[in-house]
Amino acid sequence: MKVAYWPGCVSRGFTPELHGSMAKVAEILGLELVELDRASCCGAGVIAEHNQELADTLNARTFALAQNEMESGASLMMNICSTCQGAQSECQERLDANSPYREHINSTLAEEGLEYRRGIVNKHFLWLLVEEIGLEEIKRRVQRPLTDLRVGPFYGCYIVRPTDRLGIDAQHPRDAYLHQLIEALGGTVVDYAGQYKCCGFPVITMNRETSLKQAGRHLGDAIDANADCLVTPCPLCHLNLDLQQPLAERVVGRPLGMPVLHLPQLVGLALGLEPRELGMSKHVVKPTAVIDWSTSVVGGIGTTRAA
Amino acid sequence: MPEYVLRIRRYSPDTGAAARWQDFTVDLEPHQSVLDGLLQIRDRQDGSVGIRSSCQAAICGSCGVRINGRPHLACHTHLESALGTSGDGIITVEPMGNMPVLKDLIVDMDAVHWKKIKRVTPWLVNSEPVPEREYVVPAQSMLDITQSMACIQCGCCVSDCLSMEVDPLFIGPAALAKAYRFVGDPRDGEHPARLKDLAQDPHGMYDCTHCFNCIEACPKGVAPMNQIMRLRRIASADYGIEDDNNGYRHEHAFVRNIERNGLLHEADLLPDSYGGKFHPRAVPALVGSLPAIVKALMRRKVTLGKALGHPHKAPDDVKRIFKVVHQRPERRELNLYVTGTEDEDEPTYARGGPTDGSSAGHTPAERSPNA
Ligand code: SF4
Ligand code: SF4
Ligand code: FES
Repeated sequence: MKVAYWPGCVSRGFTPELHGSMAKVAEILGLELVELDRASCCGAGVIAEHNQELADTLNARTFALAQNEMESGASLMMNICSTCQGAQSECQERLDANSPYREHINSTLAEEGLEYRRGIVNKHFLWLLVEEIGLEEIKRRVQRPLTDLRVGPFYGCYIVRPTDRLGIDAQHPRDAYLHQLIEALGGTVVDYAGQYKCCGFPVITMNRETSLKQAGRHLGDAIDANADCLVTPCPLCHLNLDLQQPLAERVVGRPLGMPVLHLPQLVGLALGLEPRELGMSKHVVKPTAVIDWSTSVVGGIGTTRAA
Repeated sequence: MPEYVLRIRRYSPDTGAAARWQDFTVDLEPHQSVLDGLLQIRDRQDGSVGIRSSCQAAICGSCGVRINGRPHLACHTHLESALGTSGDGIITVEPMGNMPVLKDLIVDMDAVHWKKIKRVTPWLVNSEPVPEREYVVPAQSMLDITQSMACIQCGCCVSDCLSMEVDPLFIGPAALAKAYRFVGDPRDGEHPARLKDLAQDPHGMYDCTHCFNCIEACPKGVAPMNQIMRLRRIASADYGIEDDNNGYRHEHAFVRNIERNGLLHEADLLPDSYGGKFHPRAVPALVGSLPAIVKALMRRKVTLGKALGHPHKAPDDVKRIFKVVHQRPERRELNLYVTGTEDEDEPTYARGGPTDGSSAGHTPAERSPNA
């Protein structure tokens, strides 16, 4: 399957291990990633806060670039960042809802010969895994089931709210996909209080205390629920939960040390890749529990991995 | 008639006993509401169950509770749909969050919600000179605030505000939406003072973490978070209010960053949000983040070259878009609450459904039921 791939900014900036692990996992899954390298930042909600039309135009441009790739064989647009998914879906909602508005935005793009056509399919890797590849197929491909690994899903905000904008309904329980996926990969889902809450990243420069308290609490809740690690579909959540974890520890006044994995890293582990190949050594909180787990099972089934 | 099991959280602070769950079975039609269930329980089974209600028609805002963990109006939630979200077939009903419980499902709205509403001067302050007869306002300029005027003060958004959960002083979604109701009203004469006040308050408009919970919670479509973003936009763009919470600087640093680089260049964002790398205000913030940055460097998460250089430049057409939009005489905003959604026939709208995997992207298989 070929997809127009939008990696986002953070996956190529402060969390390069996300982009890297995605590339490795895509190869195993037979996913051809056509990178939208001329596209710009989705605005992460901040550009829309500054000027809605600006955010809508920039994302319409990204959609138009993706649609050009779809003309030549890509099935849909894929992203690997919840914040991109949420911010882009918000712009898409306006663009798709109102044709005079869409025409107005397109008139700005016309100079470069770009046009956004209503109804692009833009899916986070998580959605693509469940809806396009399918959980059964993923189960079939698991080389190293995550047996006994206790994984706490951290959904964050942008990929689960508002439910109608994100197409969450009884047929598409996208707010349960991380749960379903962890199980399909053979792991144990750990439910904890913070799994649908905000990581605090958006206010890190405005209210540090609020921001770090949020991160620290969720990590603490996950520890109290005996999770070995968390997994998140959002690199911005990863920044607050992993990069800032030492600071969050101070604010909440308890040691944390909770490893946080990016979604493709967790998938990659189960597909047989090694923690180091997946860039886990780049995390601020060493994923010791995960590495120990992987070495303890590798002895048994690591040799069965297809070359 | 079908039976429904309601699991109610019982608590009376004055007894000293801990909160407990109690199950009740009610016999009602599927289209009847959770409130109907609660009232039947109170009438027929246990007169001591505490619940507040009045209109039973989603107008008065008194019956806010958490149903299966999420805030709703009890009178506006069908038993059948509550059963659908219950997971295990038992409908749980709890008091709203972020407010002290007075008894069972009744929370102290005065202690939290109304106090915060009062905080934002929730009345019109006449712009001078006061006309001899009525103010004449173009209808168009009032349309924008109809959304915030739809609030029924139920507190559902306050219940689940994630910022308030860690910072109880946060003014919060309902009160900030109310503030916008006056900031967006052309008859009000205190726009700059209101905005400055809310921007400067460390628990004001810049304390919202943009978590969407209030949008999801509101039974009236007020979308408080969107009103907060409007407050920020107007404070920053129309009044140039430079607050002490870095809200203004963060927004501007972010926008400039994307204009320059096309992609977000995080290494510049933090210092720029505090006024630039060499600004005295940036120093304590940078020193505070130093452990994290040093660790990131040590783990080769970021290389020094990447932290200091600019690996990516915005394509020219991105720069041009910034210029074109910034030069418009008026900011353009599309509020779907006001305009509604066009009902075009072609079933192209596909955020909800899986694609068939074979198309060029324009013929997705399903139409989202929410579209
Ligand atoms: S978006 Fe802001 S106001 Fe709304 S619930 Fe979240 S933190 Fe609170
Ligand atoms: S904004 Fe909505 S949820 Fe909040 S108090 Fe008003 S009506 Fe209730
Ligand atoms: S009883 Fe009035 S809103 Fe529910």
